[in-house]
Amino acid sequence: MTCKDFIEFLDRYLNGALTPTEREEFSRHLVICRDCDHYLANYRATIRLAAEAFADPDAEFPPGVPEDLVRAVTAACRAETPEQSHEIE
Amino acid sequence: MGLEEFSVSDALELTGAGDPGRAAARETFEMPPGEAELIERVQRGDAQAYEQIVRAHAARMLAVAQRLLRNPEDARDAVQEAFLAAYRHADGFSRQCRIGTWLHRIVVNAALMKLRSRGRRPEESIEPLLPRFQEDGHMIAPATGWQESGEAAIDLAKRHALVHACIARLPESYRTVLLLRDIEEQDPDETAALLGITVNAVNIRLHRARQALRTLLDPHLRVGCAR
Repeated sequence: MTCKDFIEFLDRYLNGALTPTEREEFSRHLVICRDCDHYLANYRATIRLAAEAFADPDAEFPPGVPEDLVRAVTAACRAETPEQSHEIE
Repeated sequence: MGLEEFSVSDALELTGAGDPGRAAARETFEMPPGEAELIERVQRGDAQAYEQIVRAHAARMLAVAQRLLRNPEDARDAVQEAFLAAYRHADGFSRQCRIGTWLHRIVVNAALMKLRSRGRRPEESIEPLLPRFQEDGHMIAPATGWQESGEAAIDLAKRHALVHACIARLPESYRTVLLLRDIEEQDPDETAALLGITVNAVNIRLHRARQALRTLLDPHLRVGCAR
């Protein structure tokens, strides 16, 4: 197995989708190739860092209810069901 | 099915049909009593109950739409359309998931429809961001370790901003798959259905998007990099 093969196999390895033979070749390459060992660690960190960066919606938007949006939505709903408009007032 | 043929209301039916684990979870799912009561009131036509739902979920849904659309006006429009669609179809809500999960699915679909409605723009190739190899299959640029913790590590807020900026640099078709799979946690079947592509294409795009994101993060996180 080359580094190119290793990286092609990477997502299937992480999904547990390799055949036993492929997995054995993958593990053997990982033992002898420091670059691919680093690459695997970087790849895993990339997935984790992306998830962490978006884990807190307050970090992307100011905390609190976007009142203008709530008003727009309730007005649109009221327009959909005029007979119930008194319930939104 | 192409995205252009996919209506917001179809998202109500998108329940991860290809995932047996999720299907089993749905069969045993019990909605929390407070949510069940709220949705019952909405289904009886109580618009005040719906306003409570909108208030509780608007900020998170706006964040979801903004991630996909990267434009505050478009994100706001998508969320408004999604809430309205959910209100129209509240009768069809089968209570097999939380209200937030249901709304999330509808907002994701509304945002993707808006993305598609912008029209296709020429997209930069992802190839320059993928690893390159010598003829014998070894990497041309060897990978090194990253420093993610300890005194020298970049602080949390800066790291989050860096990840956001690097994701924004990915070509759109790859960025969208990465966001749907790794951030919004849509399963491969749902992602494929939402984008109108095959599961295999989803898996290929996701793998390439992660490799490209790794390439973009690497200069900032590798051991010994200048900050």
